[in-house]
Amino acid sequence: MRTESRIYVGIGAFFVLIVAIYFLWSGDSGNSIFLVASALLGIMPGLYLGWWSRNMSPRPEDVEDVTPDEIRGEVGYFPTYTIWPFVLGMGVFLTALAFVFGEWTAVIGMGFVVSAAIGGTLSSKPNVSRHV
Amino acid sequence: MTIAPERLEEVGPHFEHHGPEPTGIFKWLTSTDHKVIGKNYMYTSLVFFFIAGLMAELIRTQLFAPNNHVVSPQTYNELFTIHGSIMLFIFAGPFVFGGFANFLIPLQIGAPDMAFPRLNALSYWLFLTGSITMLLGFLTASGAAAFGWVAYAPLSDATYSPGAGPDLWIVSVALVGFSGIFTAVNLVTTIFYLRAPGLTMFRMPVFTWNMLVTGILILISFPVLTAALIMLYADRHFGTHIFSVRGGGVPVLWQNLFWFFGHPEVYILALPYFGIVSEVLPVFSKKPIFGYKGLVFATLAIAGLSTGVWAHHMFTTGTVLLPFFSALSLLIAVPTGIKIFTWIGTIWRGNLDFKTPLVFAIGFIIAFTMGGITGVMLASPPIDFYTHDTYFVVAHFHQVLFGSAVFAGFAGFYYWYPKLTGRMYRENLGKVHFWLTFIGFNVTFLPQYLLGLRGMPRRIAEYGPSDGFTFLNEVSTIGAYITAIAFVVFLYNFWVSWRKPIPAGDNPWDGHTLEWATSSPPPSHNFHKLPPIRSLRPTWDMNHPDHADWRVRQEEATAKRASQVESTR
Repeated sequence: MRTESRIYVGIGAFFVLIVAIYFLWSGDSGNSIFLVASALLGIMPGLYLGWWSRNMSPRPEDVEDVTPDEIRGEVGYFPTYTIWPFVLGMGVFLTALAFVFGEWTAVIGMGFVVSAAIGGTLSSKPNVSRHV
Repeated sequence: MTIAPERLEEVGPHFEHHGPEPTGIFKWLTSTDHKVIGKNYMYTSLVFFFIAGLMAELIRTQLFAPNNHVVSPQTYNELFTIHGSIMLFIFAGPFVFGGFANFLIPLQIGAPDMAFPRLNALSYWLFLTGSITMLLGFLTASGAAAFGWVAYAPLSDATYSPGAGPDLWIVSVALVGFSGIFTAVNLVTTIFYLRAPGLTMFRMPVFTWNMLVTGILILISFPVLTAALIMLYADRHFGTHIFSVRGGGVPVLWQNLFWFFGHPEVYILALPYFGIVSEVLPVFSKKPIFGYKGLVFATLAIAGLSTGVWAHHMFTTGTVLLPFFSALSLLIAVPTGIKIFTWIGTIWRGNLDFKTPLVFAIGFIIAFTMGGITGVMLASPPIDFYTHDTYFVVAHFHQVLFGSAVFAGFAGFYYWYPKLTGRMYRENLGKVHFWLTFIGFNVTFLPQYLLGLRGMPRRIAEYGPSDGFTFLNEVSTIGAYITAIAFVVFLYNFWVSWRKPIPAGDNPWDGHTLEWATSSPPPSHNFHKLPPIRSLRPTWDMNHPDHADWRVRQEEATAKRASQVESTR
């Protein structure tokens, strides 16, 4: 976890340096905001990951000479197939088209989005709807 | 399905399926398997590559002769706008960070799937619908967007670009942008949390590293574009004046917002292809990659610097701090140079096997170096003031982007084609594809440098017979036709290997990284068994136990210790 944290913090620190040089040189506050936001985008997740890396023992993927008995727990749950991302995608597409063709596509689109939200939530529990 | 962690050992057969796997169109619609989604991305973006390529051929045909009238000036503007938008937003990016990365990252880090498989599927659907929206503009009464892929204000406002076409462009780019953001979140999470035991960050393949950095760059830059698009839409329809002088707005703000996205975008398109080349070169040189850590840090340096140089596209606006942006742009040449030397160092004295992926990778190095050097020239304000918005710039970015997305992209496509499909392509057809592309590419774009220096502006539909542009334009158009023929050869190769398959085997290239340790094509959830990971090249270590990297390092350490004992005696 420590390397991951250092990558993010390093990126954030780089932007702190750049924004300092840029702002002092140009006095341009508008564009400096981009760089401040980028610095935050690096530092915030970086510190979060760094905090975790201090409060947990190294994961198997962080240990160079890991042995099989050090590996515990599950990797995760991975669904194989489900229709709901497709329904949600079509819903978002139709809703976005409302910006061009008028509100009526959004009405249909939101129907898809809501049904995908319900269906997707239910299918997150493998026992409730086994067929999805 | 829940995946057991003991992946160093045999994982039992998968028994938890909820009924039969869907096939055919249902598989396409419902799969959350990263391999299926990755292939969908790849084939979709290739289809759009051919569509945008046809637009390029039309553009070149129009420019073949002075005062030509193949297409009307309005159609010409639409063609170059949609050509650029498709190539950048829909082909070059998603081909690699949706296609290759989706397919390969879980395989290269020994993961069963991406971290968020359903989000991954949603990204694909947003990408597909966004891409179709881009083409819908041609079906509207007022035609597609015609303001160039950069959509500069005030040209893109409701007065100068009326109609539904520009709105469709905005919606399309927003959909594709969201798809990119979701993919980036997925990639970064997968790389941080789903690596196989023993696969530390500094044992990750270079491609995975580059995709991690690309993901972070996407997260930095794409939201800015989305915000800019919303403002542009508000200007067009809700009466705001963010980008128009009339209401007190600032048109140059659009350029700042757009290029704060647009310059990192160039590296979002280039870095993954650098990663592909860094995978292909060592395997076909039978050597480990030269200067691995240098390459990784060069990638990080490029990512950082690329976000601080956006205004070098705006030198001629007169509103930017020239020395700052010029200096940072020139600095990017340093890490890029490190990369080019590492690649040359990798093939240096290697046991080279000139298969199609390797020749494409070498073609990439040549093309990218040419494009990169003219990029350094353009970073210098005096040269940029002279060549801004001429064909010199067009030639520069086509050499960089065609060099990466096509040469490196197809190096990767041929390299991983056996893993994607389990079939082998035809080697001689691949070589023909390469040589036609390489000749066509250079014949197309080298004359454009000269055209630019002679003063031919970009984005003009016609030029006069006395301008002195005729001959070089003819050469360039012939080059474009040669490139088109090259891709007919590619399609034929693809078709032949599909109709008369030659089984490729699991590891046809004697590959180094984990994706070659599983079967071709990989099973559901990727690995039945993972080799132990003790170095950068786990599959190589497994197949060559006597020359395994960790063993070599151990022997070196022993020898060093022995010599130290010798010298102290």
